[in-house]
Amino acid sequence: MNRRDFLTIPAQGVSAAVISALGASLIEAQDKSAQERYLKVPLRFFTAKQAAIIEAACERIMPTDESGPGAKEAGVVIYIDRQLAGPYGHDKYRYTKPPFFESVPEHGYQGKENPREIYAKGIETLGDFPSLKPEEQDARLISMEHSLFFQMLRTHTIEGMFCDPLHGGNIGMAGWKMIGFPGPSMSWREEIDKHFGEAFRPAPKSLAQIVGHPVRGMEDEPV
Amino acid sequence: MRTLKAVDVVIVGGGWTGLLMAKELATRTALEVVVLERGPARKSSDYGADMDEVDYGIHNKLMHSPALLTVTHRHSMKDRAAPIRQYGSFKPGTGTGGAGEHWGGNADRYLPEFFTLKTHLLEKHGKLPEDLQVADWGFNWDQIENDLWRAEQLIGVSGKAGNIKGKIIEGGNTFEGWRSHEFPTPPPKKTWAGEQFRKATLDMGLHPYPQPSANLSTDYTNPDGISRPGCAYCGYCSGYACMIGARAQPTNTLMPILRRRSNFSIRNGACVRRILHRDGKATAVTYMDEHGEEITQPAGIVILAAWSTHNVRLLMLSKIGDQYDPVTNKGLLGRNLTHQVITSARAYLVLKEAMNAFMSNSGLGYRISDYDGSFGIKSSDGILRGGTFNGAVLSASMPINSFGRIPPELAPRNWGAKWKAEAVRLHDHVIGGCGFRGDHLSWRQNFMDLDPVYTDAYGDPLLRMTLDWTEHEIRQLEFGERVGMQMTESLARVTGAKLYMRPAAAPLRPQQLAAPAGRRYNASDYNTTHIQGGAIMGSSPGSSVLNPWMQHWQLSNLWVVGSSAFPQNSSGNPTTTVLGTTYRAADALIDRYLKHPGALA
Repeated sequence: MNRRDFLTIPAQGVSAAVISALGASLIEAQDKSAQERYLKVPLRFFTAKQAAIIEAACERIMPTDESGPGAKEAGVVIYIDRQLAGPYGHDKYRYTKPPFFESVPEHGYQGKENPREIYAKGIETLGDFPSLKPEEQDARLISMEHSLFFQMLRTHTIEGMFCDPLHGGNIGMAGWKMIGFPGPSMSWREEIDKHFGEAFRPAPKSLAQIVGHPVRGMEDEPV
Repeated sequence: MRTLKAVDVVIVGGGWTGLLMAKELATRTALEVVVLERGPARKSSDYGADMDEVDYGIHNKLMHSPALLTVTHRHSMKDRAAPIRQYGSFKPGTGTGGAGEHWGGNADRYLPEFFTLKTHLLEKHGKLPEDLQVADWGFNWDQIENDLWRAEQLIGVSGKAGNIKGKIIEGGNTFEGWRSHEFPTPPPKKTWAGEQFRKATLDMGLHPYPQPSANLSTDYTNPDGISRPGCAYCGYCSGYACMIGARAQPTNTLMPILRRRSNFSIRNGACVRRILHRDGKATAVTYMDEHGEEITQPAGIVILAAWSTHNVRLLMLSKIGDQYDPVTNKGLLGRNLTHQVITSARAYLVLKEAMNAFMSNSGLGYRISDYDGSFGIKSSDGILRGGTFNGAVLSASMPINSFGRIPPELAPRNWGAKWKAEAVRLHDHVIGGCGFRGDHLSWRQNFMDLDPVYTDAYGDPLLRMTLDWTEHEIRQLEFGERVGMQMTESLARVTGAKLYMRPAAAPLRPQQLAAPAGRRYNASDYNTTHIQGGAIMGSSPGSSVLNPWMQHWQLSNLWVVGSSAFPQNSSGNPTTTVLGTTYRAADALIDRYLKHPGALA
């Protein structure tokens, strides 16, 4: 792929393993005294402009606020970018033979367009989204609320927020920490019948930490 | 196109039934047994890194991809069938072990009268609805009980008996048919949420019992000498493969024995397309191998052991038997299509306490059989059969699938700051209403045939399901929701939780893309993976495809195992009965057919 589009995210709290998994590179600050350092994450599907639009929309779905980190901080757009670049985005998991026709709701999505095409059109509808005020952004999303694109975007935002970090989202396990989910564990046998009626919230670990080696997701499989 | 050297037995499908047949044949006889499995090779040691919700829970890594082969569905013969383009109401497996690699481990038995349901209902009601096509299986409880016990020992079911040889035991399922033995392993560990449901239903005078489960409670060695450890309650259960082998899967229970047998082999990537037959005998199967070459494998005995719809489709594609026609009520192949009748009370319970629901397995908690079969059913309920209840949707505890499971009235919409704040605050504190799983009776208009429009990757027609709920199932759904609500209300009293109603338009699963579809069969939302029927067994060739030993009535060297042979669908999950009937078929094949090849009935 001959792509030069990147997403820039704060380097704070991003582990070396995740930097490696994202293929990211650290931007060395010109001013050595600067507090903030940034990572350049190469994009696989979105252009930098598209990524900024999706990132802004996801942030309204799952905003950063007093209840905890939001979609931007968790790197949701990186998760979505990778899914759309992989087999899922190309509809490799769906029966795609014609004829296509609009059937009853009980048959689910019957359309011809794959997730990449649905996103491309959805991004056009979002238009100048990042430059709008938050209330205007919400109004625009509300006007699209019943579209398949919006429903996918909402679902993908939640996926990117709470996925294992191996998929590019949930950076720093920010989503898991917010809801007290500890991630995978080899065993809860000694814990399951204790803690009755009280919240048991061990610090989360990622799958790579549990198994001791990097794990590749299905989005990395050839399309 | 190549024709291979003939083998003694070819088995189509490498899941529970195919590999159990293979194990019995390869260990009890010297016959050469070849299993043809469409999907990839799998072994237990592959599963060390599968605790990942995105790949397994959402993208169904262990399932057969609908991109390669799916089914079509229509509600009635008047409707146009559409292909199931992405998985919805069921999830067939693929690869060595099949759906047995990702099942939840619920190991129920059916009620005794279920095997003679037509006779039972006629005795009870005198007359049955005209279009009801329930049937007797050709054997009764006393004849299958020992095979169910063999199945339970094979997989090491954890549970507590409620009826040992007629002696009723409190704390077990006191409504079950007699069983010859206590369960192989005791019930699993208790959870806070499970104990609340137990108290809530005991308060109502009901009889909660631990869900029988093939997720082992303790270390266990089965009669074949296969040892497996007790469950670690990691929570990555149904939809995932067990990385420690605590849940019985064909790869940890059957393959370790088969791999040692020189008369056994399995060919992965072998997609069977036809059974060849001549003069009343199956002669060979043809398949596409992993390189796309068409292979003919002649065999003395052919055993169809694919997933239920694939068994039926292969018989249809191979032109074995007459297609059923619901208009004329003639033909037998394709009739008695059933699923399961599933719903839950339309409620949310917001608990004060955290459940710690990430620690779990898919078979934890208690089940209620007080309304199973005809127990507790009043004539005013308007149903012939009820079902069982459990304590709400607790296993859906993975963060993506459960985030945002909150009463809709707490936020203006299901995204944005207010919704997020409530979803974060209430995460691990909300359960849905108590769940119902009912018998699905077979009706004249629900059937399978070949789709005239849609095809698979090789150009063969897909299977078409014509299936909808009748008024009977709609009354079952209403019954399940009404009685489930009584249990949910009791659970609210016991826990002090706040009870909210779930609007009909709110999906049960917060990340469900398709809207809930009311009272019609919904192919887009998960039900269970227990599609049954289409090639049923029975005691007469005039009313069934198979005889009571799962031997084809017309082709005596063709056997069709699995739940495609079940004439109606039970509230209980099928695996125990699927394995029990496979043992029964294997015994008949080995002890009778091999000595005197020919029709057993």
